[in-house]
Amino acid sequence: MSNSLISLQQTTMQFGAQRVLHAIDLSVQRGQTLAIIGESGCGKTVMLKLIIGLLRPTIGRVLFDGKHLDSLTERELTQQRLRFGFLFQGAALFDSLSVFDNVAFGLRAQGSKRESEIAEIVKQRLQEVGLPPGVMPKKPAELSGGMKKRVGLARALALDPEVMLYDEPTTGLDPIMTDVINELILQTRRQRPVTSIIVTHEMKTVNKVADRVVMLYPLSRLRPGEPQILFDGTPDQLRECPDPRVRQFIEGEARDRLQELARQT
Amino acid sequence: MATVGSEALGLWQSGIRKIADAILDLADLSIFAVRIFAGIRRRSSYNTILPISYSVGVLSIPVVAITGTFIGMVLAVQAYAEFYHLGMATRLGQIINISVVRELGPVLAAVMLAGRVGSAMAAELATMRITEQIDALACLGVNPIHYLGTPRFLACVLLIPLLTILANFMGVLGGALICIDVYHVEAHHYWENTRGYIGMWDLMTGLIKPIFFGAAIAVICCHRGFYSEAGAEGVGRAATRAFVLSFIAVLVLDFFLAMFLNNLYDYLWPQGGHLL
Repeated sequence: MSNSLISLQQTTMQFGAQRVLHAIDLSVQRGQTLAIIGESGCGKTVMLKLIIGLLRPTIGRVLFDGKHLDSLTERELTQQRLRFGFLFQGAALFDSLSVFDNVAFGLRAQGSKRESEIAEIVKQRLQEVGLPPGVMPKKPAELSGGMKKRVGLARALALDPEVMLYDEPTTGLDPIMTDVINELILQTRRQRPVTSIIVTHEMKTVNKVADRVVMLYPLSRLRPGEPQILFDGTPDQLRECPDPRVRQFIEGEARDRLQELARQT
Repeated sequence: MATVGSEALGLWQSGIRKIADAILDLADLSIFAVRIFAGIRRRSSYNTILPISYSVGVLSIPVVAITGTFIGMVLAVQAYAEFYHLGMATRLGQIINISVVRELGPVLAAVMLAGRVGSAMAAELATMRITEQIDALACLGVNPIHYLGTPRFLACVLLIPLLTILANFMGVLGGALICIDVYHVEAHHYWENTRGYIGMWDLMTGLIKPIFFGAAIAVICCHRGFYSEAGAEGVGRAATRAFVLSFIAVLVLDFFLAMFLNNLYDYLWPQGGHLL
C-alpha cells in the first residue's frame, strides 16, 4: 500500500466545451512538497480546486486519504476540507471583516473553541507570519499585497491543516517579499508535518521549497496522444531536463511564442 | 432554396437551445432556492442577519417613503380632474387608496428593493465570487449558500412587508395631502369612502404578495451573484440581470397572485361583500 495522501486518477476537467485537464494521473505522498508549474491557463489552479473538492471532475476520480471526494456528502466533504489550508492567489480575505476576524473565521465556524482561545491562536498565527498585533483591527483594503498574503497564510494555518495548498503565493510581490513567503512556506513545513502543493511560475520558489516538481502543459499545444504532465521529478532533474518545452519554461524565453500568439489572434 | 432551408433550421435549433437553456437555468434557480431554504435550520446562517437586515430594511426607508408619497400624489393629480367633472371628487380616496394598498404599494416596495438592494446584493456576491472569497468560505468549513444566501433571503422576506406598510402609508398620506389640502376635497367624506371600500382582505393581500416578491428577489439576486462571470464586466452583468429578472419576476408573480387571491376570495365569500 502506498503512502499516497492525494491521488488524481484519470482526472479530466471540462468547462462547457473547453477542456482544461485531460486524463491526469498524479499521486502526492504524505509530507511531500510538490510544486506544480506550467504556463498560464494550463489548469494548475483547477487542479488545486479539484484536490480540495471545490470543483468536481468531469471524468475520473480524486482521492484524499483513500476517500473518493465525489462520493462524499456535503457535510463529509466540509469535514475533509477542514484538513486543508488554502492560500488563494489574491489571498481572498473577506473585505468586510478585520484581519483578526479573518484569521478567526474558521475557528469560530467550528464553534469548538472559546473566544479567549481563538484570540490566542490568532495572535500566534499572525506572529508566525511576521505580522504585529497592531494589524489585527485593520481591514484587508488597508494592507499591502505581501501583508494580505501573510494574513491569508495565517488564516489557512489557524485550523492546523494537514495539507497546505498555495495558489501562486508569490505572484505580484517584490523579490524580498517573494523570499519572505518562500521562507514562510519552509517554516510552515518545519513546524508541522504538513503536505504542501504549490502552484507557481517562480522558478526561485520551486528551487527553494519543492522536493518534487510537476509541469503541466496546455492541452491545445500538446501533440496527439501526449500526456499533459510533461515533467515529474525533483528540482535537480528539472534543471537537467532535455525537453525543449520544459527548458523554454524554466529559462523563461519567448522564442517563437510571440509569432504563435499573433497567429492565434 | 437550400440556404433558406438551412437558415430556418439554424434558427429553429438556436430557438430550441435557448428554451433548453432557460429550462436548465430555471431548474438551477430552483435547486439554489431549496439550498437557501435548507440554510434556515443552520445556526451559521444567522451570524450576519443583523447588518444585512439593516442594509435591506433601514437603508431602504427613505427611498420607499419618497416613492410611496409621490405615487399617492400623482394618482390624486391624475384622478382628480376626471372625478371632479363627474361630481365624484369625494370618492377619490376610494380609488387612490385601493390602488395603493392592493397594487402600487407592494409592487413599488418590491421594485425599490430589487433596484436598491437586489442589484447591490448581486454585485457584492459576484465580487466575492471573482475574488475567490466564496471559495475561501467553503475551505473554512462554511456552506457559502447558507452563510451568504440564507440571511439575505430572510431579511428580504421578513422586511419587505414592513417596507410595503410604509409605502402604503406614505401613498395614502400623499394622496390625501393633494386631495384635501390642494383640491379641497371634504376630508370627512374622503376618509369615509376610503373606509367603506378598503377591507381587511385588501390589506392582507397587499401584505401577502410582498413575501413572495421578497423571496423571488433574494433568490434571483443571490443566484446571479453566486454564478457571476469573471471580471468587472461579469459583475456589472450580474447586477443588471439580477435587477431585470427580479423586476420581471415581481410583475409575473403579481399577476398570478392577483388571480389566485381573487379566486380564493370568490371561493371563501361567494356572495361578495367585504371582510372588514
